[in-house]
Amino acid sequence: MTAVPLLEVKDLTIEFSTRRGIVQAVKDVNLTVPKGEIVGVVGESGSGKSVTSYAVMRILDRVGRIARGTITYTSLDLVGASEPEMRDLRGREMSMIFQNPRLALNPIRKVGRQIEDVLLQHAQADARDVTQKAIDLLEQVRIARPEERYHAYPFELSGGMCQRIVIALALACKPQLLIADEPTTGLDVTTQKAVMDLVVDLVRARGMSAILITHDLGLAAAYCDKVVVMEKGRVVETATAIDIFRAPAAAYTRKLMRATPRPGITLHDLLPEETPARAPAAPHRIGEPLLVVENLVKEYKRQAPPARLATLFGKKVEPPPPFRAVDGISFTVNRGESVGLVGESGCGKSTTSTIVMRLIDASGGRITFDGEEIGALPARGFASHPMRKRIQMVFQDPTESLNPRYTVSRAIADPLLRMGGYKGGARLRDKVAELATMVGFPLDLLDRFPHQLSGGQKARVGIARAIALNPDLVILDEPTAALDVSVQAVVLNLLQHLKETLGMSYLFVSHDLHVVRLLCDRVIVMRQGRIVEEGTAEQVLEAPQADYTKELITAIPHPPV
Amino acid sequence: MTAVTETAAAAPPASGLMATLRHARHVIGENPVTGLSFGLFALFLIAAAIGPWIVPYDPFESDTAAALQAPSAAHWFGTDQVGRDIFSRVVAATRLDMAIAIFSVALVFVVGGLAGVAAGYFGGWTDRIVGRLADTIMAFPLFVLAMGIVAALGNTVTNIVIATAIVNFPLYARIARSEANIRREAGFVQAARLTGNSEMRTVLTQIVPNILPIMMVQMSLTMGYAILNAAGLSFIGLGVRPPTPEWGIMVAEGAGFIVSGEWWIALFPGLALMLAVFCFNLMGDGLRDIIDPQRRT
Repeated sequence: MTAVPLLEVKDLTIEFSTRRGIVQAVKDVNLTVPKGEIVGVVGESGSGKSVTSYAVMRILDRVGRIARGTITYTSLDLVGASEPEMRDLRGREMSMIFQNPRLALNPIRKVGRQIEDVLLQHAQADARDVTQKAIDLLEQVRIARPEERYHAYPFELSGGMCQRIVIALALACKPQLLIADEPTTGLDVTTQKAVMDLVVDLVRARGMSAILITHDLGLAAAYCDKVVVMEKGRVVETATAIDIFRAPAAAYTRKLMRATPRPGITLHDLLPEETPARAPAAPHRIGEPLLVVENLVKEYKRQAPPARLATLFGKKVEPPPPFRAVDGISFTVNRGESVGLVGESGCGKSTTSTIVMRLIDASGGRITFDGEEIGALPARGFASHPMRKRIQMVFQDPTESLNPRYTVSRAIADPLLRMGGYKGGARLRDKVAELATMVGFPLDLLDRFPHQLSGGQKARVGIARAIALNPDLVILDEPTAALDVSVQAVVLNLLQHLKETLGMSYLFVSHDLHVVRLLCDRVIVMRQGRIVEEGTAEQVLEAPQADYTKELITAIPHPPV
Repeated sequence: MTAVTETAAAAPPASGLMATLRHARHVIGENPVTGLSFGLFALFLIAAAIGPWIVPYDPFESDTAAALQAPSAAHWFGTDQVGRDIFSRVVAATRLDMAIAIFSVALVFVVGGLAGVAAGYFGGWTDRIVGRLADTIMAFPLFVLAMGIVAALGNTVTNIVIATAIVNFPLYARIARSEANIRREAGFVQAARLTGNSEMRTVLTQIVPNILPIMMVQMSLTMGYAILNAAGLSFIGLGVRPPTPEWGIMVAEGAGFIVSGEWWIALFPGLALMLAVFCFNLMGDGLRDIIDPQRRT
């Protein structure tokens, strides 16, 4: 800390003017980024972590403004800098990586060309060597066969590859400061590890500084030198990564750490310390098989336009083999049991759950539910089948899964009206209130619309709707993926509690092994439409057999303890 | 999370009609232009409802002694070539013009909107049929098509309504189709299927209410177009016939007199037409704000 820091933020306050008046999104934030260090900014949604970084780049929304404080980059005052000056700094001196790499790339321009654009814009190359420099950059971000990939369009590349391209763009002009805003949030754990390793290696090799903005304390601790924890626009703690894990000083940091799923804890450990322990649940009763899936297959036809043209001219063309999203899997869910279905994106876990849910039809295989074959019933008419109310689902995105024009009570009442035999009136109101109480939803908010609720409240509404008809099987499709960790902790505990009281079975679809372990008795690991490993949660996590499972487990960021 | 709860708790939401009215007042108060357009609309509605009874002269009564008089205290908008009072005729015409616009837009809103929603939600053959139908209509210059329809079906007000509805069909069908299509796989639609809603119910309770705001804006915009279309048809002699007071005919009748200096015969009905189109276009934005729950805070 003796040398002049690269970036110094002092007493920064940012205000937004809204319909309700002025809101302070960031209050008196102090932040120092020394040369060559990686600083993590950690906080839950609404903590002001992104807004702070936007202020550094001076890319705040029009309604936002820096009310107080200074931002100094080397010796430059960024608060007072003019727009042309900032434009010159952005990209050349400091650059940024965003959460969704696909949105950050121009979809109709070859990725190599996009890198060239940046190089030419900042006079880092001229027409003769620009292509070579772009290919060099692709190589540096560890893209295999860079000469070929130069000609690829963003949609031809995976999410991880796109993020690498974005990193190449950000590093093209050799900036001194890199701001990464949730760079790996949309990516799988194995991809996350590869991308983060790459970012850190590049930053270290070039002697750059970086700010990593994330909601994941584990990720920040694993990759950063120093961690800044923010809550509601204020910095609550600044410490080195090791200290923050060994001896968190602020109460909020401790709460955040407790809520982060990690090995060797139980669900209740996620909640704040003062939460009273619930009466120990009745011993787990696992009954006879409820759902039996045998040899399930889902095929999608591949599109082949040239073949269609050829058939037009009377040629016989072999259709390409269909793509198997689910490739002959079999598993069982017993009564009262929670089974986790784990895998990375594209492994077929969501397809499997959607088929079991009877929202789409399978291409082959049998699904037996409580002794009755339901796989052969067409998905289109399943809504009127008596089985419908026995299999329900909690969706991934609590916001997207609620009709924006339904109030909470209307949303919860919907299944009761359709299938529960309720006709409205006091009986329905009482039942809705009972369900809301069960999931811990405040009764005075029942007349609200979804956009007036917080993420955790919306999640509770989704759960109340799913359990309204006392289903036997509830499919949980990443029910906490869109929530902050502290909210996730509460929702997971709620799900466990409901399962114990109502005796339901869960099929829990997730990419996060730690979360699955907390809630599930058994875990199934899927990859490319097949099951690679199956066993009890402890077995799979502590002594994984398949190489892929081992890879998944090691990819989860570990704090340096 | 707590911050959201606190701010939201400050204003407990009331439900039902009162909340909607309160919200409407808020929207109008916030944006004076919206207020202005709603005021104008109210004025047009009053004129349409009771106009013929409150005007100073009988709109059909000619008085050759007072023909072609310039605007004055006795005749605010002047008189036409047979001495009819133009102010009375402009006000009396509101009813017919508004009726044509409202009925044609309501017709196309229901038919085009539902066809588009069905196309977007069910896809496949429904989509192809609706899509090709819209393409066919789009292939003609719209005003010429409207002329052709009225000429073929017969020269009546009903047929103007039908023709105006038909030429607007592609617009409604396409907007409804794209809006329904992006919501087809939305989480809340899937959830509705899981809670036992039939496909038809899902469309009507989940998809339709959510695309209403955008359709409302469209409705308001095409209302202006429908008025112009009806007046245009009358202007070239199709549809409404003289001596019925109608803005399009009045402009047509007055057009010949502009060269000889009697500008008021064509100007005032033209102004009424312009104000009506202006009012509907402005109203579109205001309507969306009232209907869209995202703005209801």
